[in-house]
Amino acid sequence: MSNIAKAFAGGKAFIPFITCGDPDLETTAACVRAMAAAGADLIELGIPFSDPTAEGPVIQSANVRALAAGTTTDKIFNLVRDLRRDVSVPMVFMTYANVVFSYGSERFISACADIGIDGLILPDVPYEEKEEFDPICKRYGLDLISLVAPTSADRIATVAREASGFIYVVSSLGVTGVRSEITTDIGAMVRLIRANSGLPCAVGFGISTPEQARNMAARADGAIVGSAIVKLIAQYGRQAAPHVGAYVKEMKDAVRQA
Amino acid sequence: MTNPRGRFGVHGGQYIPETLMNAVIELEAAYDRYKADPEFQRELTALLNDYAGRPSRLYYAAKTTRDLGGAKIYLKREDLNHTGAHKINNVLGQALLAKKMGKTRLIAETGAGQHGVATATAAALMGMECVVFMGEEDTKRQALNVYRMRLLGATVVPVTTGTGTLKDACSAAFQEWTSRIADTHYCLGSVMGPHPFPTIVRDFQSVISREIKQQLQEKEGKLPDAVIACVGGGSNAIGAFYHFIDDPSVRLIGCEAAGRGVDTFETAATIATGRLGIFHGMKSYFCQDQYGQIAPVYSISAGLDYPGIGPEHAHLHDIGRAEYVPITDAEAVDAFEYLSRMEGIIPAIESAHAVAYARKLAPTMRKDQIIVINISGRGDKDCAAIARYRGEDIHE
Repeated sequence: MSNIAKAFAGGKAFIPFITCGDPDLETTAACVRAMAAAGADLIELGIPFSDPTAEGPVIQSANVRALAAGTTTDKIFNLVRDLRRDVSVPMVFMTYANVVFSYGSERFISACADIGIDGLILPDVPYEEKEEFDPICKRYGLDLISLVAPTSADRIATVAREASGFIYVVSSLGVTGVRSEITTDIGAMVRLIRANSGLPCAVGFGISTPEQARNMAARADGAIVGSAIVKLIAQYGRQAAPHVGAYVKEMKDAVRQA
Repeated sequence: MTNPRGRFGVHGGQYIPETLMNAVIELEAAYDRYKADPEFQRELTALLNDYAGRPSRLYYAAKTTRDLGGAKIYLKREDLNHTGAHKINNVLGQALLAKKMGKTRLIAETGAGQHGVATATAAALMGMECVVFMGEEDTKRQALNVYRMRLLGATVVPVTTGTGTLKDACSAAFQEWTSRIADTHYCLGSVMGPHPFPTIVRDFQSVISREIKQQLQEKEGKLPDAVIACVGGGSNAIGAFYHFIDDPSVRLIGCEAAGRGVDTFETAATIATGRLGIFHGMKSYFCQDQYGQIAPVYSISAGLDYPGIGPEHAHLHDIGRAEYVPITDAEAVDAFEYLSRMEGIIPAIESAHAVAYARKLAPTMRKDQIIVINISGRGDKDCAAIARYRGEDIHE
């Protein structure tokens, strides 16, 4: 069983996201440890990018802050290497194709395997372009996570059949960010995925409240939350870790009830 | 590759969120269908001729030719098109296509404002809603075009993220499309972005080289020796090059915006200073740092102020079929003034980059050789900025 599969083995999963280096890497390390202690099942670590086109304003601003603080891919690799001494929760990187490609795809992915990263989420790499990275990920034992969206329709079966790790179900059109309401029929998307794949499905985009997390997890295998956590970090800065930990605990409890 | 279509050598592809995949697949299917539809082509030709004023003139610049003392200089007058630039060629094509697809709303990015004005114009003509994303910095540099777009009924959204220029406008337009696909067509303004945009935009702009070839045949009975055009994303250049790609005797020369120089950080010359990357839906050359962060580029020309280049240009560069040369702000401003005084033609500051290179090249060529410069747009929009560059503050 892959590490990512283990994240879903103990019931409904809660998956928090943070942007590395916002406001600095010490805070990121403290937040990751707090999230792991609070029951996060898998942690998404965002590598900041100058032009994060899939992100809404909250995570965009976090990317700007992280880059302004001098965060680089190499410094993030060092952070993860350090975290792996005491954090065993599965971790994946969420970043953009150019961050991986420009570093040298093989050099990047082999470094991920070396430091204990379990998978990659690249929102600007759809099924049609996954050959760019997927064979290298497979060679180094990483899962390249596939995304399906409300507009995917007849593509869902194709995407699901070749997916690995887990399937990231994008709840809504548009970019990441807090939404008051999610109107997509998540249940129908998940049924279509399950007809074509045995992998767990986690829903993300727009989830911020325990109730939303519970509802989404009830229709799938887990819930992903980014912007709401990044907002806490923007609010509390270097003192964010306990607040992030408390929030993750509350959300994990909600997901458990789903 | 899983999807060999939309590749120019290693460049191109479809590096976009899953949310947009069905939209580009639907667009490609519609384009393939209408491209082959004589009725669509007839409607488009009628619009280009009767509304936009095509064919545009190929003008023999006798004074410039004498002054430079070498090759004969012809100017392809895309500046005479309705709305004052080549952008209308692509926009009329895409707006007509969008209308056939049942879309009721056009969105666009714009740098200098020419593509935004062209899109707002087509939307007004065809009764469609229009929203244009423009970097906040550019809304200041090109205030007149912002007013023109609003006058035409479009909503102009100033984009404050990133550097507040063309690349950020482009990102904002992609984001808007991701959130609203059903009724909206993203009318991309250059030969960039995910497949099928680089092909669609190139096809609609290729009317430029088709006309040059025919017009020069009538005037001179032969092919040009060189075609020169400015390159940001590269739509006017690919339009001017396309029908000459298979004529190896014709030199194809793209002029990039070097800004304050390719040895400074204030440049937008992608071929000269960039390297292979993946951004805005395509694999191509981009100005970026060692970690792949897209560089904040600079040029006096808002229309060339983009950190990448279209994938077909990247490929033409790789195979050595086209040459790409950097032109600085100073050289472009000199050429802007030169053509104004020499021919009574005020070129867009973008097009002035092409004029600047012709001034270097022509004297090195024989008098029986021919250079065609694509004057991609008119320069009225640039007068206030150039005056400022020369230290003169004028009210627009």
